[in-house]
Amino acid sequence: MKLRIIVTLKNGVLDPQGKAIQHALAGLGFDGVDDVRAGKLFELEVADGTSDESIDEMCRKLLANTVIENYRVEKQ
Amino acid sequence: MKTAVIVFPGSNCDRDIATALEDVTGTAPHMVWHGESELPGGIGLIALPGGFSYGDYLRCGAISARSSVVRAVVEAAERGVPVIGICNGFQILTEAGLLPGALMRNSGLNFVCRNVALSVDNSQSIFTSGYRSGETITVPVAHHDGNYFADAETLDRIEGEGRVAFRYAEDVNGSARNIAGLLNKSGNVLGMMPHPERRIEAAHGGTDGRRLFEGLLEAVA
Repeated sequence: MKLRIIVTLKNGVLDPQGKAIQHALAGLGFDGVDDVRAGKLFELEVADGTSDESIDEMCRKLLANTVIENYRVEKQ
Repeated sequence: MKTAVIVFPGSNCDRDIATALEDVTGTAPHMVWHGESELPGGIGLIALPGGFSYGDYLRCGAISARSSVVRAVVEAAERGVPVIGICNGFQILTEAGLLPGALMRNSGLNFVCRNVALSVDNSQSIFTSGYRSGETITVPVAHHDGNYFADAETLDRIEGEGRVAFRYAEDVNGSARNIAGLLNKSGNVLGMMPHPERRIEAAHGGTDGRRLFEGLLEAVA
């Protein structure tokens, strides 16, 4: 089973990298980009039948730092 | 005092802290590799050094915080053994859950490498007894990810509990409330981004860092 795990910064957590990317886009002449938030994408190949609890635990224990990040799991 | 320095793949301040500890305590520390699952007996201080453990992969300190030796460090900390984490060591302590909050990319996106002025917020802890409250000291920083973040409720709580050990005298990296060094609730764990071990003899330009280790030695003796 293939998983895509998307980790994003929580609302309210400043993202200086996102801001720098936003400024770079503006510098390239792309107007109207009001905000950019950078995140991470993990693609996992896991055994079929891996439980949702186990996937959730992987996210909470390692892939995301829940102090600053949210995560979302997509199964493919 | 017997001390231990934990060495991770990618640590690069392990020799600096070892030299500082040997200089101040008179005894060379045990250098403990990250793959160990036990610490030597009778350790009076555990130090997590600066560096770029695991190449800062995933998040700074994230992989190290899940290593077997850090599980042993967490157990020791819970028994009251003093633990100091400097720079990458601070990042590991937050990732391991021994200290609240997280250390994010510097707000200016630059790697900051220079001497900074710190104010001593709390001189009552074992780590800060060599200083006076409110005193300004000079200690170098060298980091890319030292921007301390915690939610407002957590910040209020740690400030209310007197757990801010050091603050930057001016904004260095965007840290919430200029927090540079933070204690755990019981006061036996300190995480700080600045490097006191790089300021222990006159040739370093000053000895403000040495006083941390001298104060600690006296406080726990």
